[in-house]
Amino acid sequence: MRTIELVIIGGGSAGLASAISAYEHGIKDILILERDKELGGILQQCIHNGFGLHTFKEELSGPAYAERYIDKINEYKIDVKLNAMVTHLRNDRTIEYVTPDEGYVTLQAKAVILAMGCRERTRGAIAIPGYRPAGIWSAGTAQRYLNMEGYMVGKRIFILGSGDIGLIMARRMTLEGAKVLGVAEIMPYSNGLPRNIKQCLEDFDIPLYLSHTITRIEGKDRVNQVTIQKVDERFQAIANTEIVFDVDTVLFSVGLIPENALSEEAYVSLHQRTKGPIVDETYQTDVPGIFACGNVLHVHDLVDWVSLEGQKAGISAARYLNHEVTTGKSIAMIAGEGLGYIVPHRINPNNVEKAIECMFRVTKTAKFVELVVKRDGQVLKRIKKRHLAPAEMERIVLTKDELMGCVESIQIEIGEVTL
Amino acid sequence: MYDFLIIGAGITGSLIARDLSHYQCRVAVLEKDNDVANEATSANSAIIHSGHDPHDGSLKLRLNLRGNAMYEGLCQELKVDFERNGAFVVAVNPGESQTLVGIYHKAQERGIPCSLLSRDEAIAKEPNLSDDVIQALDLPTSGIVSPWEVCIAAMEDAINNGVELYLGNKVLKIEKKEESFVVHTTKGTYESKFVINCAGVYSDQIYAMVSDRPGFFVKARKGEYYVLDKFDEPLVTRTIYPLPSEKGKGVLVVPTIHHNVLLGPNSEIIEDKEANDNTFNALESVKRDAMKTVKNIPMNKVIRTYAGLRSSGSTGDFIIEEAKDVPRFVNVAAIESPGLASAPAIAEYVQQEILAKKFKFVVKDEPRIERRPWIIINRMGNEEKQELVKQDPRFAQMVCRCEYISEGEIVDIIHRNCGARTVKAVKRRVRPGAGRCQGGFCEPRVVAILARELNLSPMDILLDGDDSKLLIARTKE
Repeated sequence: MRTIELVIIGGGSAGLASAISAYEHGIKDILILERDKELGGILQQCIHNGFGLHTFKEELSGPAYAERYIDKINEYKIDVKLNAMVTHLRNDRTIEYVTPDEGYVTLQAKAVILAMGCRERTRGAIAIPGYRPAGIWSAGTAQRYLNMEGYMVGKRIFILGSGDIGLIMARRMTLEGAKVLGVAEIMPYSNGLPRNIKQCLEDFDIPLYLSHTITRIEGKDRVNQVTIQKVDERFQAIANTEIVFDVDTVLFSVGLIPENALSEEAYVSLHQRTKGPIVDETYQTDVPGIFACGNVLHVHDLVDWVSLEGQKAGISAARYLNHEVTTGKSIAMIAGEGLGYIVPHRINPNNVEKAIECMFRVTKTAKFVELVVKRDGQVLKRIKKRHLAPAEMERIVLTKDELMGCVESIQIEIGEVTL
Repeated sequence: MYDFLIIGAGITGSLIARDLSHYQCRVAVLEKDNDVANEATSANSAIIHSGHDPHDGSLKLRLNLRGNAMYEGLCQELKVDFERNGAFVVAVNPGESQTLVGIYHKAQERGIPCSLLSRDEAIAKEPNLSDDVIQALDLPTSGIVSPWEVCIAAMEDAINNGVELYLGNKVLKIEKKEESFVVHTTKGTYESKFVINCAGVYSDQIYAMVSDRPGFFVKARKGEYYVLDKFDEPLVTRTIYPLPSEKGKGVLVVPTIHHNVLLGPNSEIIEDKEANDNTFNALESVKRDAMKTVKNIPMNKVIRTYAGLRSSGSTGDFIIEEAKDVPRFVNVAAIESPGLASAPAIAEYVQQEILAKKFKFVVKDEPRIERRPWIIINRMGNEEKQELVKQDPRFAQMVCRCEYISEGEIVDIIHRNCGARTVKAVKRRVRPGAGRCQGGFCEPRVVAILARELNLSPMDILLDGDDSKLLIARTKE
């Protein structure tokens, strides 16, 4: 069995960034396993602009953003297997994968970075009533048909869920000549980025129905109608609020789920809220030598943060392979009132150089509030926030000094209104 | 001129066709849909019941008992999976317990292996039984299959041995002649000495094409289900039944042969024989009822809901007989539960006890051509896989990430004698789209493979029915 220093599962934005930074930190024996026929992951079907504002200070399309990383991979001559599906990952870091070139291969990795990304929640998973004909897709699948294969899936579209892919598709299908009749969102707020609500819906006069869901899909062979209804605070449909739309297509943009079947097989512990691995300050999971970054770890709003996380995981994997990671007591990171989770989930201050950036999401919208950071129950600092929304990832920096003074835990919560 | 024309390629029609393929006779099967196994066969509880439930003296009882005994051999011959996983009927209060004892005695009289278990004994075998369960009837001969796999395999085997299958042929009219029937379909005309009506919920309408007074009717009984994702630790290993009611066997919790779990069905007689839609109220009731017998059901593992339409006949029993008013016209109608469990016995009964009275069956001289099993990469040993990949690298091009299905497997099932023509037919045979992503990843790939292999444009590829095209236009340049 061949042994490789670092195997990266997934050649999307997280995997590419992690490979590059691991290489730049001295690891030369790297293999990227990518199941699609090209690198770049989901970026390749995101032909719209808006990527890279933070990383490159310019607006790129998805493929152009991916290209910058792929160029580096080529420049460094990092080994890549395309059409390579990993079928098994075990906690001793043996990996089985399959490609048409090599058939079924088993290899041993000294370190592994999980960068498998996420999948879309489906209509079936949320049990929307009605028929099950042609014309029902997750937004990302329709996007693939449209941008990669060159086919339109419909002419009259309704979209359930205000996730970013759904919003992007509302604009994209409109520009292709389709009529998007509306977007329904079961929550009282949008799940997409504000700029996407503006640029993809408002600019095209596509109505957004907040606190609404689809309660019926009609059509035995092909979708011909959907019914939406308003929901109460328990998300139950309210009678006599039905609105009917004649459509041939329903797209679902109702959430993304980190793709962790392989992680689970390797006994990597997952976090209940993120559905991704529980990681420490080095992005290492609770299985030694297995790291995670990007959407497999937690679903991000911007690709820039995915790349950044990949970069950090790559550096950490390199440090791990060079025996530079110290073990020792960790601080628990606790998501307090109003927070869904914090990544990383625990921090060993000894591995933090000067400061560490924590990412988290809030569970509800809030305006003019404080984020309260408590160290071992005592308030450490307060940070004023004009606006917080579940759709947007929040970040907070903790310095090494702040961490060193901590015994048990750091908790972040939403405090009082500061108006 | 055919000797036998079978209308309907569900599991009964397909198994009858296969039985007849042993003899010197010409057999054709007409199917209105674009695939076999496309209606009730694809949307039921997938259980081979032990036979504890049907009424004494019914044809259902006789054929259920016989069918259950036949399944092992049948599935071996067809090279499809069958598992005798057993079943529990559970009681949740003292009144139910009394009824359960009655079912136990009846099962014993019928010679069905069974035993009564206390709560503790039952929990030791099925730890997720609900806290209300006080007693269970253990039925170890109950089994599970993939109904559509049995049906497709039976049809492949039948075609291997001379049967002709005509898909997309909806029967419009049947002419009675002196010695034969002329059957007109949406695609052609077929003449046969015998007609065997296996048309499911439409069997009464097919019969009415030749009879002024059909004497029975068939309604659609809708049952709705949830499908749960695969489990690391099984939720249940046996099929869990509540006590039966006048509406049927109740909401079951069923492990499937593919390691998913089904919850369902509810039971509702409906007028529209095509209305296989899911409804909010039915799904809610299924959820509620399933939780009465089994606890810890993770509803966040639901990957799909579906509804099946089963025949519900006006007589309460299977209707399997030569029509009294139309000689050589055989009804195989009202095949409701336990229709799947009975199916091989129904086929045997039709051939041996109905057709043999009118037709002299002579066993074919030539040896039977055995069915080649499906290629399932995920179950093969490493060397076997490598060997296959050397012959055809497409067996290492993965198309489905949830169920680990290769392009080679899909190409194989497209080019078989009962090959897949639609996305749904591909899913039914090798399961891309049956996993947790529900085709989100694989569907564009499956469409491309179908188009390439069938020499069609991707825009011609259907999900299922003729009006179910997936792609409607090319994008602007």
